[in-house]
Amino acid sequence: MKPDLKILIVDANPVRAAIIDEGLREAGFTDLVRIGATNGLVAAIEAHDPDVVVIDLEDPSRDALADMFLVSRHVKRPITMFVDQSDTASIEAAVEAGVSAYIVDGLKKERLKPILQTCISRFNAFRRLREELDEARSQLEERKAIDRAKGIVMRLKGLGEDEAYALMRRTAMNEKRKLAEIARSIITAAEVLK
Amino acid sequence: MTLHLRVGFLPLVDAALLVAAADEGFAEAEGLSLELVRDVSWSNLRDKLHVRLLDAAHMLAPAAIASTLGLNGVKAPMAVPIALNLNGNAITVSQRRFEELSRAAQGDLADPAVSARALAKLVATRKASGLPPLTFAAVFAFSSHTYLLGEWMALGGVKLGEDVRFEVVPPVRTVEALSSGQVDGFCAGAPWNTLAVATGIGAILHCGVDLQPDCPEKVLAWRADDVERRSEAVSKLNAALIEASRWANSPANWPHLAELLAAPERLNTRADIVESVLRGEIAQGGNRPTRHVPDYIRFDPDAIRPDPAHADWVLAGMGRAGQLSDDPAAAEIARLVFRPALFEARR
Repeated sequence: MKPDLKILIVDANPVRAAIIDEGLREAGFTDLVRIGATNGLVAAIEAHDPDVVVIDLEDPSRDALADMFLVSRHVKRPITMFVDQSDTASIEAAVEAGVSAYIVDGLKKERLKPILQTCISRFNAFRRLREELDEARSQLEERKAIDRAKGIVMRLKGLGEDEAYALMRRTAMNEKRKLAEIARSIITAAEVLK
Repeated sequence: MTLHLRVGFLPLVDAALLVAAADEGFAEAEGLSLELVRDVSWSNLRDKLHVRLLDAAHMLAPAAIASTLGLNGVKAPMAVPIALNLNGNAITVSQRRFEELSRAAQGDLADPAVSARALAKLVATRKASGLPPLTFAAVFAFSSHTYLLGEWMALGGVKLGEDVRFEVVPPVRTVEALSSGQVDGFCAGAPWNTLAVATGIGAILHCGVDLQPDCPEKVLAWRADDVERRSEAVSKLNAALIEASRWANSPANWPHLAELLAAPERLNTRADIVESVLRGEIAQGGNRPTRHVPDYIRFDPDAIRPDPAHADWVLAGMGRAGQLSDDPAAAEIARLVFRPALFEARR
């Protein structure tokens, strides 16, 4: 395929926009424009004159695009929404990933498909990255809490490190709670009783 | 067994019955666990309903029709077993345009015919002096807002989209667009007009009821194939919303309803502004006294019957806006979007 299409990426999140940008470049699309805040999306489309618009579903100005479906109005470059109506799987994948794509001025729908697929996988990759980051952050916090609580138990009960840890583990099992929760309770109690 | 339903909404006062059903126990009483999911655009609600990420959605009546007819991208047939309100809109213009319209008006500016003729004068003067045309916005192309603007301007012989530029601005950005001069006026639902007045940026020119009494507004949309397949869920949610409507119709409950709506996870706005909307106490701006508009927005049990006749008004508006040519088949399909039988079953 000749990758000569101009693609407008509308995404307020600069990191995700960069990830999409990179993905599309890898797929051979080089004519890319990124815009963030979008008061006046219709004007931006008129100014950049793209063939395809990719938009984050969190952007409320998506509703402005529905007006451009009407050929009678913006005669210059009417827009239609992504993929074939029969292709529900693509619609589902896009909505679930949080992205939508629009075709400007009668571009062949088959040409949009690789673009949409790239965006869907990049949106999903971005979400996974964010989830992994959140996960790593909370694991680190739990680790820190457990270490602090262990120190408190060692000091108050005169136990060694392994014994203090074993005591906390046992308590967690007996109470059917997570070790990190027990640790937080110990920290809270120690602060109250200080 | 509790039935879990996910219903999408946009942060507007006319999501009131959904919020009341979820927060005041009306859904629970029907054995429903009602999860309200806030979204940012009508397009998102339509698409999420279509792929069943939502069971039902707060929807503009004209958008439900447009989606069924396939006018706005994907053809996603919808059915409406209950409406959520009537009325609730207003046309707001910037302070500057309000002053110009006041000067141009021959007669009482509160009369839509007088204001529309004043607008026609402004349009002509701007054209003669080589100034850019005025821009008016609605919150969605397929909306009562678009059709109310068109209806009002037609009273003065002004054509929306030709003599006056038309733009779509999402509700959350209306006040900002008015303040920056991106638009000269807009038609939107509550609380956006009141917020524009409260911040001194705009003046309300007309309430929706001045132009169209009992104007179709928001509905509860389901996928058309779901209303029969999932009739039990539809019926239970209808019953909960009818109870919510009875409750919300009592003025004694308005302060509490306003608090529920103003909450951060709902509209995230000022409760006093929401309450004034519920009371129909509309601050107009432009050095005029607060106006009492009894039917400014209607949530009562008679207002939420899904009425096939509403399709006729919507289609007339679509025709005037150039969104749809005269098509008897389309009219028949549009009327079938509204399902009064499902509503009457649980009244």
